[in-house]
Amino acid sequence: MKKELRLMKGNEAFAEGAIRAGVDGYFGYPITPQSEVMEYLTAEKPHERTGMVVLQAESEVASINMLYGGAGCGKKVMTSSSSPGISLMQEGISYMAGAELPCIVLNVVRGGPGLGTIQPAQSDYFQATKGGGHGDYRLITLAPSSVQEMYDFVKLGYDLAFKYRTPVMVLSDGAIGQMMEKVEIDEQIPRTQDEEIRSKYPWATMGKTPDRERNIITSLDLDPARHERHNLKLQAKYREIEKAEIRFETIQCEDADFLFVAYGTSSRICQKSIQLCREKGIKVGLFRPITLFPFPKNDLKQVARGCKGILSVEMSAGQMIEDIRLAIEGSVRSEHYGRMGGIIPSPIEVAEALEQKFIKS
Amino acid sequence: MEETITKSDIIKPENLVYKKTDLMTDNVLSYCPGCGHGTTHRIIMETIEEMGVQKDTIGIAPVGCSVLAYEFMNIDMQQAAHGRAPALATAIKRLLPYKTVFTYQGDGDLAAIGTAETIHAANRGENITIIFINNGIYGMTGGQMAPTTLEGMKSSTTPYGRDWEMMGHPLKITELLAQLPGTYFVSRQAVHTPANVRKTKKAIRNAFELQKLNRGMTFVEVVSNCNSGWKMTPVQANQWMVENMFPFYPLGDIKVDGELVKK
Amino acid sequence: MAKVIGEIVVDIERCKGCEVCLDACPTQTIAMVDEVNGKGYHYMQNIHNACTGCTNCAIVCPDGVITVYRVKV
Repeated sequence: MKKELRLMKGNEAFAEGAIRAGVDGYFGYPITPQSEVMEYLTAEKPHERTGMVVLQAESEVASINMLYGGAGCGKKVMTSSSSPGISLMQEGISYMAGAELPCIVLNVVRGGPGLGTIQPAQSDYFQATKGGGHGDYRLITLAPSSVQEMYDFVKLGYDLAFKYRTPVMVLSDGAIGQMMEKVEIDEQIPRTQDEEIRSKYPWATMGKTPDRERNIITSLDLDPARHERHNLKLQAKYREIEKAEIRFETIQCEDADFLFVAYGTSSRICQKSIQLCREKGIKVGLFRPITLFPFPKNDLKQVARGCKGILSVEMSAGQMIEDIRLAIEGSVRSEHYGRMGGIIPSPIEVAEALEQKFIKS
Repeated sequence: MEETITKSDIIKPENLVYKKTDLMTDNVLSYCPGCGHGTTHRIIMETIEEMGVQKDTIGIAPVGCSVLAYEFMNIDMQQAAHGRAPALATAIKRLLPYKTVFTYQGDGDLAAIGTAETIHAANRGENITIIFINNGIYGMTGGQMAPTTLEGMKSSTTPYGRDWEMMGHPLKITELLAQLPGTYFVSRQAVHTPANVRKTKKAIRNAFELQKLNRGMTFVEVVSNCNSGWKMTPVQANQWMVENMFPFYPLGDIKVDGELVKK
Repeated sequence: MAKVIGEIVVDIERCKGCEVCLDACPTQTIAMVDEVNGKGYHYMQNIHNACTGCTNCAIVCPDGVITVYRVKV
């Protein structure tokens, strides 16, 4: 079966991916640089294509709580936003993690803090991978580095979200959201029928039938012992995810003396920097985490064995570098190079940073 | 003849005229003695039972005294973040349009932190029912001022009475919502006497029935007491409610069939 | 002339003694008793045998503790 090819923006690919993945509901609020997601969805009339609901909410706060309601009924729901909007959603995401509800939240990251800038950044790494809201929880965090992955990670995200009953964050950035690339489009996956939801997701609030107890979706438990047990269950789930769901990519790591570790837009820059370094005889490879949580700790340590240095390249003040250092446990020297405020580093400056930090120093 | 009828002659299944509905669970209500929450819970469940819609009803509990409503209502329920119940209900109803969907919210939840969700759900004409319990106070956290606290009314954060110059005016959110074209039926009732309970139940039945017509939001406010927060006995609190709350929050239908009721 | 006789059964342990039911009774047949239940609340009982089974007390009871029976004689 030959796949359909289209030239699309990252944000549009994500939206088309949502329709094709049989998503039941999208609830969002406009914010640059991700507004194309909802614009594409409303133009596409997914209610006619698949019956998918698309609603522009009154705020990001309302959007995420709409996800809570829909996910509580076992529906495939999603939202998208950018950094300040994602901050507003943190309470709702925490509730969903606590109530064990599946969903996808797309963050097309822009520079911060505060209103910051509309230009791309990667400064929401901590927020995405360490929980983000209150309480002990983690989000499965997927980091696309191409428009194709913006499309693909919708389906992957739901597979993981429903498998583990947990929210999934797709952590993109303004560059990936706005750039246009070729995308392979899958065939339409039908939406899940309500009767199928009743049997597949017996926890869903689809209405109490005489054959079962009432279903309750809540994150509240006032009994400390019970609530600790709930927390332990969540933690066990995160450990399971760390064992089973690591995803990463390595490029030219086989003979590498140095490694770039980068995700998203930075990882694309690094690919060019590798070429520049190798032209100078410096053997560099790229380790690209695809899941930021779970972070590919052991794999990175493995790949980095024998290397002389690791350079974490991030469009931030250095956030992922902390996970890298935890992963390699001091076995290899590691440094950070980053730009902030919406600046994407050039391949030359990244290559020079590597030389500066590890070779000339 | 009458003398021969004993208690055990009367207490027989065939003579039963009233019993707590099975749609209320056997959990002991967490509410204070005399609190209107319990009565309101019960008549909502009676309505669902009488309509035969238990298997197609999804309720949403708020944050506040009724945060544990799902412990008492024997239906599928979700517990929302503070103020966000109308957002949950919006999504549930849009994704499952054939379900009966209602939120159960207090005045702090609905008229303070959740004002945006409430007004926008109403303005979109979401086909959901909101049951709004207004007791003029934050009960759960210990009787602080609510948006609905009356002028001059004492609370733990207005110990000398609510002074509008400092703390603003009490908010008539129900009248405000009735102005929006997205609301179809808006009523204010109470549950302190048998007659009022019957009227409130009728309003709730009406709201749930109208949901099926997809004409917009149906909204029933229940003016209730908070004897713990008001620092009164339950009977005194009901009396105080009649004398002080009802003049500012008058009972009756405010909007019927999408038209404001002329006073 | 036909007459109705009612009787109530009170779930004593669930009664919180709020007394909201007392005013609702048209025949003043119910009252709080001196004894207390396991939670320490005085609870209500039918004490005068004047119950007509009107259900008012049960309808207004926040805790739903009252079951009502009625016969015509």
